[in-house]
Amino acid sequence: MSDLTTLTIAELRDGYARGAFSAREVADAYLAAIAASRGLNAFIHETPEAARAMAAQSDQRLAEGAARPLEGIPLGIKDLFCTEGIHSQAASHILDGFAPPYESTVTAKLWDDGAVMLGKLNMDEFAMGSSNESSYYGPVTNPWRRNGDETPLVPGGSSGGSAAAVAARLCAGATATDTGGSIRQPAAFTGTVGVKPTYGRCSRWGIVAFASSLDQAGPLARDVRDAAILMRSMAGHDPKDTTSVDQPVPDYEPALDQSVKGLRVGVPREYRVDGMPAEVERLWEDGVNWFRDAGAEIVDVSLPHTKYALPAYYIVAPAEASSNLARYDGVRYGLRVEGDDLIDMYEKTRAAGFGREVKRRVLIGTYVLSAGYYDAYYLKAQKVRTLIKQDFEHAFDKVDILLTPTTPNAAFGIGEVSGDPVQMYINDIFTVPANMAGLPGISVPAGLDAAGLPLGLQVIAKPFDEAALFRGGMVIERAAGRFAPTDWWS
Amino acid sequence: MNKAVREAASQKLVEGATGRWEIVVGMEVHAQVTSQAKLFSGASTRFGADPNTNVSLVDAAMPGMLPVINEFCIAQAVRTGLGLQAKINLRSVFDRKNYFYPDLPQGYQISQYSDPLVGEGVVQLDMPDGERVEVGIERIHVEQDAGKSLHDQHPAKTYVDLNRTGVALMEIVSRPDLRSADEARAYLTKLRTILRYLGTCDGNMEEGSLRADINVSVRRPGEPLGTRCEVKNVNSIRFIGQAIEHEARRQIDLIEDGGTVEQETRLFDPRTGATRSMRSKEEAHDYRYFPDPDLLPLELEQSWVDAIAADLPELPDDKKARLIAEYGLSAYDAGILVADWETADFFEKVAAGRDGKAAANWVINDLLGALNRDGRDITDSPLSPDQLGAIIELIGEEVISGKIAKELFEIVWTEGGDPRDIVEARGLKQVTDTGAIEAAVDEVISANPDKAEQAKAKPNLAGWFVGQVMKATGGKANPQAVNALVKKKLGVE
Amino acid sequence: MSVDVATVRRIARLARIAVTEEEAQSLQHELSAILDWVEQLGEVDVDGVPPMTSTVAMAMKKRADTVTDGGRVEDILRNAPETEDGYFVVPKVVE
Repeated sequence: MSDLTTLTIAELRDGYARGAFSAREVADAYLAAIAASRGLNAFIHETPEAARAMAAQSDQRLAEGAARPLEGIPLGIKDLFCTEGIHSQAASHILDGFAPPYESTVTAKLWDDGAVMLGKLNMDEFAMGSSNESSYYGPVTNPWRRNGDETPLVPGGSSGGSAAAVAARLCAGATATDTGGSIRQPAAFTGTVGVKPTYGRCSRWGIVAFASSLDQAGPLARDVRDAAILMRSMAGHDPKDTTSVDQPVPDYEPALDQSVKGLRVGVPREYRVDGMPAEVERLWEDGVNWFRDAGAEIVDVSLPHTKYALPAYYIVAPAEASSNLARYDGVRYGLRVEGDDLIDMYEKTRAAGFGREVKRRVLIGTYVLSAGYYDAYYLKAQKVRTLIKQDFEHAFDKVDILLTPTTPNAAFGIGEVSGDPVQMYINDIFTVPANMAGLPGISVPAGLDAAGLPLGLQVIAKPFDEAALFRGGMVIERAAGRFAPTDWWS
Repeated sequence: MNKAVREAASQKLVEGATGRWEIVVGMEVHAQVTSQAKLFSGASTRFGADPNTNVSLVDAAMPGMLPVINEFCIAQAVRTGLGLQAKINLRSVFDRKNYFYPDLPQGYQISQYSDPLVGEGVVQLDMPDGERVEVGIERIHVEQDAGKSLHDQHPAKTYVDLNRTGVALMEIVSRPDLRSADEARAYLTKLRTILRYLGTCDGNMEEGSLRADINVSVRRPGEPLGTRCEVKNVNSIRFIGQAIEHEARRQIDLIEDGGTVEQETRLFDPRTGATRSMRSKEEAHDYRYFPDPDLLPLELEQSWVDAIAADLPELPDDKKARLIAEYGLSAYDAGILVADWETADFFEKVAAGRDGKAAANWVINDLLGALNRDGRDITDSPLSPDQLGAIIELIGEEVISGKIAKELFEIVWTEGGDPRDIVEARGLKQVTDTGAIEAAVDEVISANPDKAEQAKAKPNLAGWFVGQVMKATGGKANPQAVNALVKKKLGVE
Repeated sequence: MSVDVATVRRIARLARIAVTEEEAQSLQHELSAILDWVEQLGEVDVDGVPPMTSTVAMAMKKRADTVTDGGRVEDILRNAPETEDGYFVVPKVVE
């Protein structure tokens, strides 16, 4: 029944309604696909028993005619989300053995809506990375390969496991998180759709914190409609997260059929960076034309502080991370490496428990907050952040959405960029500004490069106007079609 | 800063080998906010629970947990600020103070650094010599308490209990306006009184609800402020004087020997009464403060603050002035009564519709004395205000004598009951009709002529006659009056 | 080089991460490269610009003063490397 795994969430929903198959059959098909695809290293913890039990419950609800919005939809969960009694380790050695006595708000909402849990997905350690190579569990392999080339490629990061699993049809959809591009960049690298909601749209409660002022949960899905369906279940106010916003969550599906006639689409000139591959530029032009053909009005806009978003991000995010990761000290959970005294225990535990990239960021964050440097780095970066947000506000006076490439390049080979941290950071150049300003963004596959690898276009909207993301995303999807890798891995 | 250079009266200066020195003291008082739940979590603040039972997932800093602020704790801090006549900042910010310690699960304390909730205020001290000292409050900020580390349970291990982790504290920072150990003690006492009036901190120093860090420096009169040392771990008002005197003396000796005071944190040891350096722990403190990204700035409405202000109780200074004016009390007596709002309250119930001065005397001398003797608190006094009031009324009505009143007080104290009933039942009522007493005495003497004769040689026998008369009058006669009459009639002295 | 090896050691100590001599050397280069790169923020004029406090303008929500959590020692201690009698246990802290 492996063809069940090719169905979208919307198609599964229809099939269940028709009684074409059972949730148990769908769950089993996915469990089989996961078992056959361990080489991709997308799942780091499988939960077949939970999946079957939840699917059985879904079948009962379906039989009773009491189906919930995600009844019987099998999902993969990024390891950053705490799941009660189940491996939740942020793909880090320091959280060895951690099984929380609580369930994150976002995953709890998904289960309440009838979704079925398949397991926990690989990711960059503590969501720090753009290639999924910093995971304690090893890198994830992108199901996409260059034409006629077996070089293993990265799926992007940090939600690399989520993106690879969705692209390889190992789950119908996945949860992910985006601090600087960790949903949209892997979506672009794997030909999937990824949504980073407005900051405050989804509760952060129960999601291991990386950079609190930037982290947002969102869905990774096979198409725009599936992303819209998942988004509705994940979003919503949570009294346990005071930064979550008390605003109604609309049904996003009607927006998918809305015309973009008269919609003003901004094209920010500062995103035309030096050294951008011609095919990325061409794809962006294609995107502009698709919107124009669909009746939208194209407006040239300026976001003058764009180039400073990335360096400001690499001050703010590590600073917050250095503090957020102080709790991993070998006292209450996770790894402990014994030492001669308390401080020795701390230092040995954290030296052994954190990987290279995490250490780098914790140290950078510690440095920029330390006495004498706070004003020059952290305070300055937060002021630059204000300017970045103002840039967007000015642009949104003139336009409804912005259209940009998601990434400056397609997926690269595992190990290719790992030597130079700054080179790796450049991957997030187009995604970071939306995080810095708290804005929602979507990446939608828009075409393949010369080597046959997917590339994505990004739509950025005003705060809490996720509906505009889906409306704009549909323009790209209708014009570009959908992209799926050929199965070589199972 | 005018206040900071306040000069102490010469009698407060201390003698050194090379001349006289002035002690300069400022205090940072950590007061635990009275509340049901913690500052950022729903766990209980109750003292003395089993280890790690009053701990939420947030307090244990489980991954992905987030703080949500307790509005009542903020109201309590605002109430405190208003009680100290301080400025309430309608916008304040919570920062993270980063350091590693096993009883600090997050690896940072949520505190307020650059933008505290409460700004400048003042505390008035009335010193016993009549001097009035104004102590400036620099700021009050709200922060989380840490947990408890037990170092003495195991030779090689430290045990950690997080019950106290996350309980709301107010850090009340004074200006260096104190000039002696006495003033410092008076300041903490007064601050404690005000907090208890406000109901924002129970002031229990034994349970650690009130803790003081003391900044001590010395200077020659008229000179700029010297380098200060922070003395920690002073957990009773009694030790404050000891700690300050020891630390000031250490600094004076050091300077007079040609040394210099280094700014550092010192630990007070109650067993030796001395302070010692904590430099081992000092190690490169760099707290890396930054605004907590999990919390938005705290913004208050002026109307919300105004509502709290409108609801403030009468505070000790006002109450003292009123007691003096309303009941004609001395400043000294009023000062004793207002030291605890419960005592002042008790007094006012006793004094209502009665003689205020008499009420003050009875409360201060007899009631507080008896409570002190039995180690009891006024909230758990065996005597109610009504009972004490009745005793005072009985004296005023001349139903009992002052001496009987003291006996009556003891009876009510130990046995309870309505004082008027007791007076009746035990014949404590004085018979003031001397004619009736005289008749009874005459009757007893004439019935016992031989004994009356013997009494002339043995005056002690007069006691027997008194007893007979008391018996004949059913115990109602005033014993002094009986005694005097018996002696007079028997002709004995 | 923005940072020297001594600075790397000092911040590693602050962050409680043990670093070997070799790691300190390579971290010196990596951290310096990152710090040199963020230096470009120096070009931005931020005079009079307030630092960002939150991306969404809204009032902070607050909780009522009621006890809603606690009494779950099992949950609190379950994942701990070492516990005894309801306490977390760590190597002795030397005061």
